[in-house]
Amino acid sequence: MRIELEKRANPSTLFSILSPFLALVLTVIAGGIMFALIGKDPVSALYSFFVEPLLDVWSLHEIAIKAAPLILIGAGLSICYRSNNWNVGAEGQFIAGAIAGSIVPVVFHDWHSPLVLPLMLIFGMIGGALYAAVPAFLKAHMNTNEILTSLMLVYIAQLFLDWLVRGPWRSPDAYNFPVTRDFAPEAILPELVSSGRANLGFLLAIVAAVALWIMMRYTLKGFEITVLGQSERAGRFAGFSSKRMIWFSLLLSGALAGLAGISEVSGVIGKLQPIISPGYGFTAIIVAFLGRLSPLGVIAAGLFLALTYVGGEAVQLTLSVSDKVTRVFQGLLLFFVLSCDTLIQYKIRLVFSRLTRSSEGGAQ
Amino acid sequence: MSDVGASGGSPLLAVRSLTKLFGSFAACNGIDLDIQPGETHALLGENGAGKSTLVKMLFGVLAPTSGEILWKGEPVRIASPGAARRLGIGMVFQHFSLFEALTVAENIALSLPPGISLSRVADEAATLSRAYGLPLDPKAHVADLSVGERQRIEIVRALLQNPELIILDEPTSVLTPQEADRLFETLAKLKAEGRSVLYISHRLEEVQRICDRATVLRHGKVTGACDPRRETPASLARMMVGSDVAAVSAAGTTVKGDVLLEANHLNAAARTPFAVSLKDICLKVRAGEVLAIAGVAGNGQGELFDALSGEFPVSDARAVSIRGKAAGNLGITARRLMGAGFVPEERHGHAAVPALPLSDNLVLARNQSDRKTFLAGGILGIIRNAVVRIASRRISETMDVRKSGEDPAAGSLSGGNLQKYIVGRELDRQPAVLIVNQPTWGVDAGAASRIRQALVDLAKAGSAVLVISQDLDEIFEVATEIAVISDGRLSNAYPAQDMTREKIGLLMGGMHGSETSPEAAHAH
Repeated sequence: MRIELEKRANPSTLFSILSPFLALVLTVIAGGIMFALIGKDPVSALYSFFVEPLLDVWSLHEIAIKAAPLILIGAGLSICYRSNNWNVGAEGQFIAGAIAGSIVPVVFHDWHSPLVLPLMLIFGMIGGALYAAVPAFLKAHMNTNEILTSLMLVYIAQLFLDWLVRGPWRSPDAYNFPVTRDFAPEAILPELVSSGRANLGFLLAIVAAVALWIMMRYTLKGFEITVLGQSERAGRFAGFSSKRMIWFSLLLSGALAGLAGISEVSGVIGKLQPIISPGYGFTAIIVAFLGRLSPLGVIAAGLFLALTYVGGEAVQLTLSVSDKVTRVFQGLLLFFVLSCDTLIQYKIRLVFSRLTRSSEGGAQ
Repeated sequence: MSDVGASGGSPLLAVRSLTKLFGSFAACNGIDLDIQPGETHALLGENGAGKSTLVKMLFGVLAPTSGEILWKGEPVRIASPGAARRLGIGMVFQHFSLFEALTVAENIALSLPPGISLSRVADEAATLSRAYGLPLDPKAHVADLSVGERQRIEIVRALLQNPELIILDEPTSVLTPQEADRLFETLAKLKAEGRSVLYISHRLEEVQRICDRATVLRHGKVTGACDPRRETPASLARMMVGSDVAAVSAAGTTVKGDVLLEANHLNAAARTPFAVSLKDICLKVRAGEVLAIAGVAGNGQGELFDALSGEFPVSDARAVSIRGKAAGNLGITARRLMGAGFVPEERHGHAAVPALPLSDNLVLARNQSDRKTFLAGGILGIIRNAVVRIASRRISETMDVRKSGEDPAAGSLSGGNLQKYIVGRELDRQPAVLIVNQPTWGVDAGAASRIRQALVDLAKAGSAVLVISQDLDEIFEVATEIAVISDGRLSNAYPAQDMTREKIGLLMGGMHGSETSPEAAHAH
């Protein structure tokens, strides 16, 4: 008996809807097996991982806080990937945005004005976009692979931030800890509702995702992105430039990653420190794919991936397992999403060995 | 092989109810076929009739879903091309599998068992090629050879295996008429030696000329078996198509208008190592004219289209003029706005995005030329889907595009129907200039005649039409003027009624203009 993948005549609508859910179920099953193997009761572990965080207000706020950067970055990446440009360096652009946005509250800390926060956000977007401009330039004009260049720039950004908070930007009153001075109150993103910590960043993320969805769904720009992503030659025939698209998609995703970076620093941390992200820029890649590269899908996927962060922290506390379990779940999820997506284009067929001579020969 | 004596009258190769399914689609459906020793057997059919699938099964490239293949009366399973060669079946594919950077002898040695010295291969190849009238230099690099010479390598490669049956898939589609004649002489020699030939083609004239018997396929089924010499081209066409094909009515108008499209010493460097550079191309197309550019594939047709359409503009603005205005350095959008329309050769991924619906593929070509109609919201550029769908339906109706559903994905249409849509998309604008590369490549006969008629009608209505085509029948059907492209150079244009296949063949071989062919120039 063999398993054959057979190409469908048309992509299956059923499986394009079902595939993310199928992937979720398979992730949960594989996760249960993993918990059982390390000697924990899989049912209660999965319960505290996936269900408990949804049951109280505090952790719902935590989910919103963690979903905001994931949705912002993921929405930008989904556009970028749709256009067949593979920015995997959103983590670096996140950090670059955080640094650029922090110029105002760190360097000009004596300046107090309601303009501080909007300026920070704008600087954050510019910082992320400029950092993404490096792989954009290299791809558009030097024909380099943006996957490699954008990824390598992540490590440069991380080390630059590390140097910055240990060196020139280190706070004079932090007892030599590697942090910048605390942001002034007007440099802090306000909270969304009074019941908890979730801040305006979440709203920004939702607005950005919806705006991008409208662009993709209704405008010529969105059409241009779709066409160039599927066939550069057809795009050229339509009068679209793939070079300009490299710039557009990388600058857009970089700007949104930068906005996420400064929102995180301003709304959650309140200062710069060596580590400001638990890998949001990388997790957002999973978010983009789990959300079917659609900005609206990214909202749902971002909320779910945020749950894995919060759930990971929960099982770390209740079952004393390593917080690496979060990464395992995220990895499993990406693996299953990508494999379940195969079912959209292909169907699985079991072929049993047949009897007639000629067709047996045919099965070789 | 020789121990299975061919019993008198039994076929060399017999195929019994051979079927190949791709999913639920039957590419070949219960095919029966007999090939006698020493006969030249034609396999006729339109593109998509299942000819290539059938021979791929015979050569072990594809596995049949059901049915039997009998070789000299014995049922066999052909699991791989190697197994086919061991049985005594050789094949020359439509698309060659040669390494351009290697020499002829090296390419031949690659298909032989290892351990044979290169000089022996070269000697044998040289002997064989002389014996069959296929002149070849074993030391030449493939990259320097013409398409006809490359095909000879493939034939010699097949002959070295000493096959009893040779399968040729559309061998003349890339040859000049003279090269084709030489191929036919070779086939006659093979036949005289008692070898069988399975000859796949959709060109009726050559099948009548060289084949003893013909099997006709349509939609994966055998629709007829006949002696092609006793049939007329019309009766063969009917078997292939299933109905009579409308003849294209005579081209052009007698009154010629202004020059609407002009190339003036157009030069373009090759963009890739295997592309052709354009050298000093001059052409003029007047209102009411159809200028057809003949040529063997790979002589700069695609590059000429790219330069004329503005997909790859040139630096000299005056190298291309559209309606009297210099356009050489402008992109495709600007040229569309000047009144030109374009139909590239490749449908999937160039003229259309297969995964997108037809209406989106309309926006693809006309997003700027019909900006006022199709877009709203000024700088936001919101696509007016309702308007686009109405226009798309109008095009489908005018060109008789048959499709499943209201607005299906372009990739789900057959080649002919998609091509009708792509041509109709431009005609719907009534362009002053239309440039078409291979308008009916891989298109069924019904759609082809419709498309050709539409091109002729557009010229009659006062537009300038430039058709780049490899198909001489098509060229004689639509053209008022004919020029020939060879190695990136364009010959002078001659009135279509003064042109013959022989003259085109000479020009295809690179005899250009007055300096090499004075009598041709006088004919102008």
